Amino acid sequence: MLDKETQKVLTDKANQIRALTLDAIGYLGVGHVGGCMSLVEVLTMLYYRHMNIDPKDPRKRDRDQLVLSKGHAGPTLYSVLADKGFFPEGWLHTLNQGGTRLPSHCDRNLTPGIDMTTGSLGQGLSAGIGIALANRLDGIESTVFVIIGDGETNEGQVWEAAQAAVQFKLNHLMAFTDYNKLQLDGFMTDIMNIEDLVAKWQSFGWFVQRVNGHDLCQLDEAIESSKQEANRPSMIILDTIKGKGVPFAENLPSNHNMKLDHATALKIIADIQAGKEANNE
Amino acid sequence: MSEQREMRAVYCETLCQLAEGDPRIVLLEADLMRASGTQAFKDRFPERTFNVGVAEANMVGIASGLSATGKIPFANTFASFAARRTFDQFFLSANYARLNVKLVGTDPGVTAALNGGTHMAFEDAGIMRTIPNLVIFEPSDPVSLRELVKAAAAHQGCTYMRLHRSLSNVLYSEDEPFELGKGKLLKPGSDVALFAVGAVMINEALKAADLLKIDGISAAVVDMHTIKPIDRDLILQLAQSCGAIVTCENHQITNGLGSAVAEVLAEELPTPMLRVGVKDLFGEVGSVEYLKERFGLTADAICSHAKRVINLKKS
Repeated sequence: MLDKETQKVLTDKANQIRALTLDAIGYLGVGHVGGCMSLVEVLTMLYYRHMNIDPKDPRKRDRDQLVLSKGHAGPTLYSVLADKGFFPEGWLHTLNQGGTRLPSHCDRNLTPGIDMTTGSLGQGLSAGIGIALANRLDGIESTVFVIIGDGETNEGQVWEAAQAAVQFKLNHLMAFTDYNKLQLDGFMTDIMNIEDLVAKWQSFGWFVQRVNGHDLCQLDEAIESSKQEANRPSMIILDTIKGKGVPFAENLPSNHNMKLDHATALKIIADIQAGKEANNE
Repeated sequence: MSEQREMRAVYCETLCQLAEGDPRIVLLEADLMRASGTQAFKDRFPERTFNVGVAEANMVGIASGLSATGKIPFANTFASFAARRTFDQFFLSANYARLNVKLVGTDPGVTAALNGGTHMAFEDAGIMRTIPNLVIFEPSDPVSLRELVKAAAAHQGCTYMRLHRSLSNVLYSEDEPFELGKGKLLKPGSDVALFAVGAVMINEALKAADLLKIDGISAAVVDMHTIKPIDRDLILQLAQSCGAIVTCENHQITNGLGSAVAEVLAEELPTPMLRVGVKDLFGEVGSVEYLKERFGLTADAICSHAKRVINLKKS
């Protein structure tokens, strides 16, 4: 259970990560706003409370690793990594510019702190299994975190991996589904429905929880519960809002990849800041 | 009759030897372990063997994750599935990510035989050849198989090996050294150079050279085991000394060995050449001998191409 002080620190941190990400996307003028915003809280919770990582030694062998299988949410992860000190915050304004170290989709060779290259949806959970198997061979008990998208869950390879993780008894594999209910072309119920998602993962043999993906206390408790699983992988389904924190874009089917000018981004950031101050009073 | 050995047995022995000396070596299978012949590896290194079931894409993804964490994974499946089914995973999670995955496609081309057209990869090397920096090779005999698998394990980067699993003639002495990207002049000659790849076509090319000799034609035979990177120097050397070239492959003539050789010659030393291989056809079921005839992958076909290309040289 998060105490009040920790809760406040993490809430502020999430606001900061949301602001940094909007600033980077706004500076560029276009980006995957929807799926970046829905992941702010879970990435904050993992990187500022749960993960064993060292910005000075990004490839430390016994670190916890994270595979962002929905690689298009890279900008949110870049904000976290910059704030953690993996690279200078100034890099954030180079997002997607020619020659950048911060490409639209995650690249382990370009960006310090990125553990796996992703971008073709469906592949990250398999990679996470490989990392977890290698850790087991080397006697390392670190956790491998994988975040997949809900639309990505349409991919057959996700379910191939779902079988394998259970077969291999990967209790140090903890996956999340960013269930914001929207895929690129529209609402999942209209395009390719994946319900009953909890029952699906349970039937594959995973330890499954479903929480509000923007509620830090629920996230923390779910992660703690997953850590107790001794014999099987965990899936935490995050009920999220695609575009969370961008008032005019929340739950908008067109927010997958959208224009966002810098002035608008700065206005949203100012509002987030004002809200934070109001909360602190 | 020369000595023969079963290629998959040599492959498994080699993997075991490598794994004995290097804890990073791991094995992945997708429910074709009986075909790959790697049970002995599993018996010896059960904790380093991962059978993912009938899920080739997942196998290559898992191999990529293992590689990202420092392991050297060898992942086996039929060539048809390795190239057609896992291309995106192999391209992105392994190659684009600059990892170190050793993908092996067994039963290339006509050696899929009784599994038939559905399983007959005439296009796998061609698909793979478009991946930047990937090393693509096909050993021609048990000795080159052993040495090239060792070279692949030592190479930092992804590789794709076409593996003929069955009995193959031993063509090299035990101590013959091999290097990826460097072809082997198996037989010298001066009128035409036969560049062949893989056990099926090297043996046909050697037979063809003997047949051509009867007609007074001196044919060089080159074991072009690596088609990427292609051995440019050896191609140019033989283009100069013979002035006529025939490529021989158990694969489409598109984007395989023939294309790779043609690209070098067209840009650097235009030389008459012809390609023996599958000419824009799908595979079929049948014995290897039947299929070699069916698709024109025989010593006779090589001889007729050699004679035609020598005429082109003269004209």
